Amino acid sequence: MAGAPMADPHALNGKLPRPDRTVEVLVIGAGPAGIAAAIEAAKRGAQVLLVDENPVSASLMGLDTPLYFGGRMTPAVQRQARMIEQLLAASPDLEIAMELGVEVALGTYAWGAFVNGPGLGTLPEPVVGLADEDRAWMVGFGKLILATGARDIALSFAGWDLPGVMGANGLASLLDRYDAFSGSRIVVLGSGDLGLETARRALDRGLEVAAIIEVRDAVQGNPAAAADLRARGVEILTGQVIHRAHGGLDGVGRVDVGPVAGPVRSIECDTVCLAVGLVPAIELLNVLGGALSLDSGRGGHAPVTHDGVTTSLPDIYVAGDCSGLAGSGPEGAARATAQGVAAARTALGQATMPLAAAPASDSLGYQLDWMRALIAVSSDTVIVCQCEEVSRGDLLGVQPPRYLDRPARMAARDIHSLNADGPVNQDQIKRLTRACMGACQARRCREQVALILALATQSPVDAIPLAGFRAPVRPLPLKVLADWNEAAAMGEGWDVWFGIPSQWVPYQDIGSDREAMHIAVLGGDMHL
Amino acid sequence: MSSASSKGASVVIIGGGVTGLSAGWHLARSGCDVLVVDKGIVGWEASGRNGGGASHYHSPLFAEEQRLWPQMDELLGYPTEYRRERVIVALTEAQLAHYRYMAAMFNELGYAAEHLDAQQAIAMAPLVSDACLGGIHLKFGGQANPQRTVQAYAWALQDHGGRIAQHAAVTGFETMGGRVTGVKTTRGDFGCDVAVVAAGPQSGRLLDHLGVHLPLAAARAEMIVTEPAPLMAIGGVDGNGLYGRQTLRGNLAYGGGPHEWIEVGDGGPGVRPTTPLMRNLARRVAELLPKAAHLRVIRSWAGVIETTPDGRPVIERLTAPDNVVVATMSGVGFGLSPASGRAISDLVLEGRCTFTDIDKLGIGRFADLSTDWRAERGWTSVSAPA
Repeated sequence: MAGAPMADPHALNGKLPRPDRTVEVLVIGAGPAGIAAAIEAAKRGAQVLLVDENPVSASLMGLDTPLYFGGRMTPAVQRQARMIEQLLAASPDLEIAMELGVEVALGTYAWGAFVNGPGLGTLPEPVVGLADEDRAWMVGFGKLILATGARDIALSFAGWDLPGVMGANGLASLLDRYDAFSGSRIVVLGSGDLGLETARRALDRGLEVAAIIEVRDAVQGNPAAAADLRARGVEILTGQVIHRAHGGLDGVGRVDVGPVAGPVRSIECDTVCLAVGLVPAIELLNVLGGALSLDSGRGGHAPVTHDGVTTSLPDIYVAGDCSGLAGSGPEGAARATAQGVAAARTALGQATMPLAAAPASDSLGYQLDWMRALIAVSSDTVIVCQCEEVSRGDLLGVQPPRYLDRPARMAARDIHSLNADGPVNQDQIKRLTRACMGACQARRCREQVALILALATQSPVDAIPLAGFRAPVRPLPLKVLADWNEAAAMGEGWDVWFGIPSQWVPYQDIGSDREAMHIAVLGGDMHL
Repeated sequence: MSSASSKGASVVIIGGGVTGLSAGWHLARSGCDVLVVDKGIVGWEASGRNGGGASHYHSPLFAEEQRLWPQMDELLGYPTEYRRERVIVALTEAQLAHYRYMAAMFNELGYAAEHLDAQQAIAMAPLVSDACLGGIHLKFGGQANPQRTVQAYAWALQDHGGRIAQHAAVTGFETMGGRVTGVKTTRGDFGCDVAVVAAGPQSGRLLDHLGVHLPLAAARAEMIVTEPAPLMAIGGVDGNGLYGRQTLRGNLAYGGGPHEWIEVGDGGPGVRPTTPLMRNLARRVAELLPKAAHLRVIRSWAGVIETTPDGRPVIERLTAPDNVVVATMSGVGFGLSPASGRAISDLVLEGRCTFTDIDKLGIGRFADLSTDWRAERGWTSVSAPA
């Protein structure tokens, strides 16, 4: 056929708008790695936008997003101006970045990132989706540096859905970033460096640490740090596990701890801090389609990178904990900073020094030991997915949610019958049970569901594919995510489905005069 | 992996989507020895990623679909979350005129649809805009949960003695004397008396092996879902350029708008990215259901859908080879699946569809199609293969 190719008026081509602005270097996350990357890029003369979601809205904190806050925020988190002040005071390097000309956007969520690639070719340029409490917008980038940190890993036990059960990063954030922690007496789960660091941080802030519980028979973290904590009166109970948290409306009041086989003793506390592990915050890279691999030494699913900062995608780099855990304490921060510098230099085509790797740990083995013990001491009625109220029994029974009938035949189906048809896939389990389908976007259960499935099917954790992240990677209201300034092109040719008029002609009318009439009146737009 | 033995079956169905699974279930119910092979997990592509609508009046299979859906939970033995009826709500005069034309057409076809004023529409779907102009109430059709339904088909066909081999990508066919005698897969070869090709976008490439040309193009379409809202009386609420449903959990799942044509290789779509189009979807949902505008969007997803040049299905038992049945629902497969599976089962067992005329759905209608048909329609990809 001669002439220019036709365009499909109902296709996406030419409809996604260019962003309002495009920056040379966009850095997501203003922790040590992100700030270092922004400063380094600015020093090299680049135009830099540094985005950070903190202060996060109180309502998102209530959803344990982005960290596991466990409802232990003081009312101070509802005052954004105070929170920003607090945040700036806690991050003196932000001021240095701003003095160097870095544009800093706080209280700004990065909810998506989009580049052309396999199966997607209609973006006019690479963009990141940003939002505040009122609106969303897109920013284009030349280079993107993801420094989104790490998330808490939550593990279920009886009573873990009470307020006051939280994660180590959530606690650190409330203490150091916001000065807005409402608890006072903490039981820490996990004696690795993360747990020891959490206990030290709490003590330094004048809080009580009632005990550190360690499932293995020996302290896992730095012996000197453990000795220091003991000298400060902290009891470290090894070979023990939490059996149950008790409490009421105000949340946790005490916990039962002891060896798996018992006996248990009760410890008074208002907070249980899960410090068993963190996991790289890879949401945006996953949405972008960047390569990931499950790497126990780096904390879980982590970006594939040959030099510690370069991802599988052009112009996109990672730094800090999101690239694979950088390690805890001052050494971790120093490593994250070095990585931030390296990411900026690499992005701008400058030579860098090779990065020292973080000390590797068998994070998955450790998490499995915890999960196995927690399963052993709890009944299968324990809720695993809080949003959707899915118990461990229903998860492993692959049972539908409670609002559906469970016909007799369902009793013959479970994780083992499903496994017999092919390797377990967490996304398949999610569809059937709704575990990981809730408003917290599986922040509280993604990792533990994988651990539980691995244990139940006696599979290695790396046999369970990652339950994928989807944009928006922060739960945003419809009215905030919406494009209220939509370009005209998007509305032109908007059709409910593909806009193929002949598709919707009633079968009996095909080939009759009525066919042309329906097509003329309705076009392809049949709203069904 | 008990189902993975490379023991053949009387009927091998290629494609564990909703169409292939339904066919397998109908066949297994009839006592037929059936095996469904899939490159991955059952219902993993468009069958498990669609809007769950079941109101496709235009299809010759629709009457049978309508008969079967209300019985499906019982027939399958597993829940599908089927709910009856839909409303379509207009926010503009043009939309209202459009919907009322459709209502007239439905009534002529024998499917009852009634006009709604604004108050009636809001009573049925309380999240709908106070500014709506009314709409139409489809007293037929409905919606179900695609993910639950595909698994229900899979389990039910196993309960009837059928087998499923997942992670078995088809690489070709064994033929003898002009007939297909087996299906070759990455998990072994499966002998068969009849083969059914219901492999979605990959169906065209598979049939190339047999010298049969099935013209298909594939596109990616996107949906979003919110956190739960209070349950509306009718969960299937369309309008404002959207199709969608409220799940029984309360989530609002909506799609619509532009698609992107893509190339799909032998392995199927490896990735299904979403785009900033989710913002345009969010806007339209907020306009349609403003009382839900504060609800958070918690996910987006995309599915890859195949379509024929006229958007109509192909359901046919070929003449050469004469023991192959081809089925593509051309982008409208989920809702019709209870009936499409029965039609395929009929073609396998009887050589013809016993309950309705599907003669206009043969491949032969594309005999004179230009080789450039995709380019002529602008149905071409601008991206690397998915």
